[in-house]
Amino acid sequence: MNAISKKLRQFEMERGLPATVIGIKEAKLAFAHVSFSLVALLIGGLCGLLQTMVRTGVIPEIAGVGYYELLTAHGLMLAIVFTTLFIFGLLFSFLGQSFGRFEDFPRRLGWVGFWFMILGVILVTWMVLAGEASVLYTFYAPLKAHPVFYIGLVIFVVGTWIASGAMFRMYADYKREHPGVHPPLQAYMSIMTALLWVVATLGVAATILFQLLPLSLGWTDKVGIELSRTLFWYFGHPLVYFWLLPAYIVWYTVIPKIVGGKIFSDALARMSFLLFLLFSFPVGFHHQLLEPGISAFWKYVQVVLTFLVIIPSLMTAFSMFATFELVGRRKKATGIFGWVKKMPYRDVRFLAPFIGMLFFIPAGAGGVINASHQLNIIVHNTLWVTGHFHITVGAAVALTFFGTAYWLVPLLRGRTLTSAMNRLGLVQTAAWTIGMLFMSTAMHISGLLGNPRRTGPAAYFKDSLVADWIPYHVAMAIGGTILFISILLFLYAMFQLAFRTPKGTEEFPIAETEEEAMATPLFFENWKLWIFVTFALIAFAYTVPIWHMIENAPPGAPGWKLW
Amino acid sequence: MHIHRLEKIWLIFGAAMLGVFLTIIGVSAFASGNQPPSDATLIDPTKVDQTKPFDKPGLKKIDDDRYEAIIVAQAFQFTPKDMVIPKGATVDFLVTSKDVVHGFEIIKTNVNMMVVPGHINSIEYTFKEAGEYLVVCNEYCGSGHHMMATKIKVVE
Ligand code: HEM
Ligand SMILES: [Cu+2]
Ligand SMILES: [Cu+2]
Repeated sequence: MNAISKKLRQFEMERGLPATVIGIKEAKLAFAHVSFSLVALLIGGLCGLLQTMVRTGVIPEIAGVGYYELLTAHGLMLAIVFTTLFIFGLLFSFLGQSFGRFEDFPRRLGWVGFWFMILGVILVTWMVLAGEASVLYTFYAPLKAHPVFYIGLVIFVVGTWIASGAMFRMYADYKREHPGVHPPLQAYMSIMTALLWVVATLGVAATILFQLLPLSLGWTDKVGIELSRTLFWYFGHPLVYFWLLPAYIVWYTVIPKIVGGKIFSDALARMSFLLFLLFSFPVGFHHQLLEPGISAFWKYVQVVLTFLVIIPSLMTAFSMFATFELVGRRKKATGIFGWVKKMPYRDVRFLAPFIGMLFFIPAGAGGVINASHQLNIIVHNTLWVTGHFHITVGAAVALTFFGTAYWLVPLLRGRTLTSAMNRLGLVQTAAWTIGMLFMSTAMHISGLLGNPRRTGPAAYFKDSLVADWIPYHVAMAIGGTILFISILLFLYAMFQLAFRTPKGTEEFPIAETEEEAMATPLFFENWKLWIFVTFALIAFAYTVPIWHMIENAPPGAPGWKLW
Repeated sequence: MHIHRLEKIWLIFGAAMLGVFLTIIGVSAFASGNQPPSDATLIDPTKVDQTKPFDKPGLKKIDDDRYEAIIVAQAFQFTPKDMVIPKGATVDFLVTSKDVVHGFEIIKTNVNMMVVPGHINSIEYTFKEAGEYLVVCNEYCGSGHHMMATKIKVVE
């Protein structure tokens, strides 16, 4: 924290205003993002619950809103709106903690970005509710939604670019004022996340602006489907790292402090984030392994690159467990697993992210299976895949965000996390864990039995296979119910922490680095180089196959509205 | 940059495992030809009915134990319906779409692929067991997506 920040903070405390580490204006910006993300969580969660019910046949469609309208809303609200808004709130908090106060200009830019995002979400939601955009959250060509749907998406993405621009500006300002110094680790990781998002969204913006919106407006009457899908998945895979990286920031920098330890290595933490930037993009074909028009050779090239991006996750796993073990040793634990007994399981700030980490172990293994070239054929587009991303983003990431919100929300609001709320948090975490175990296990198994994903209540000629799936649908509905209860508990806790619990200064848990850890080399700050390498890798993996797609494009396909 | 000894071991072990996996799937793909369906053949999606061989969808005998199944996917059905195939026959499935993207999955087999308008996708499968097989569309294609299915009968 610099001198001005200190003075400002003093001033705020004397005036009886909430004394947080983050300034009041900075806290407001972050809280705006977080609070709207929680609205999306509620709506999306309700849709999810209804989907599990409709799929079992317990309830028929509700008032003309069918399975696919629910599913579109669920995917958009949770995978796009909840995650993105929460993440931007989190990143602004991390930058607030790292830099003290924001300059007026980037802070205002942050607000402009926020209102763009909200406007985009409103337009998109309106179209989905009006039944004009039942295209699921992937809006694959040549499904043709209402133009306003695509315009809403574009406005949303532009909002995120403005907000990211604000962050880049803050980072650049800091670097200018502190020559030769490494910006704090949390700031570095936050900027890496925002950069990853901006580079990723270029692809989806391209297909919306140049292919889908013109088609929907009637300016063009044909669309190149494989090109559109390739641009989408160029975005779709880094999207999952955009969800994951903020959780990793918490794992690397916050969790060590909560367990009473230190960051294992600042340099390796930066290194893993750098590797994520480099290897997140040239891998989108692992979502298109079963598609015509892409050569098997280039699919395999991207499979190889996909496996490389596993390495920074292995580094993260090592770092986490190294930290836990060092803490255990200091607390006199013996043996390899002695640390297990020394962890603060009664602290929701630890428990929720920790269970998230445990979920990530099978989730990562499942991801390796999905990406394994010909093995993919067994699971592609079955409920297995849905099970997979509910334990990655829906458990590892969501639980980490929950655990973080329990201290971040009161901190941003100048209140404190009470022990009653902490207890509620433990119950809520347990509910999420149990619900997710039920739902995702059922999804994985029935997927292996062939049960397709994204599919409403299917009778399939009363085939005996369908009868085999019924128990799993029931387990999904039970899990879904427990999960929804967990969401309600969480939102109740958030309301209390934002508006009711006693005023005070909640701690921003942020760990220091282990003393004997090495110094951080300066090459991490060579942004021009890393952005160049990122695009070079993208060019390597995509130029030939995209060239091939354009060169050998089939006659275009007209758009369709089939709902 | 200094890396802890245990972390080095962990990362080398991890990377080596990934290398083993990649070698296995690479050998399987390029030496044994186990590639995912990646057909490069093109077709005009607005003229499927006039384009050979999709002007006459159906099962065609090519050789003793070899058949070609020409299948058209469209919202929300597969043509032809209810194919009958002798046990032990190897079938080349050639599928295309007249409208949006569909999926072609024969449950309890390794047949699974995307059906994209403008492209023909193909896969080969040998039916070693008699019985009824359920074929479903596993990519969302519109409000009737969950009704898009057909059957294949494999007879002795
Ligand atoms: C109350 C908790 C939840 C329930 C009951 C639930 C349930 C479901 C169900 C039943 C499906 C559809 C399966 C299908 O037919 O393919 C689904 C899809 C999905 N869920 Fe959830 N889910 C929950 C929470 C979440 C969370 C927290 C996230 C992410 C942050 C998430 C992300 C998704 C995504 C991305 C899809 C895929 C949508 C698509 O295929 O278009 N869900 N969920
Ligand atoms: Cu991916
Ligand atoms: Cu379908």
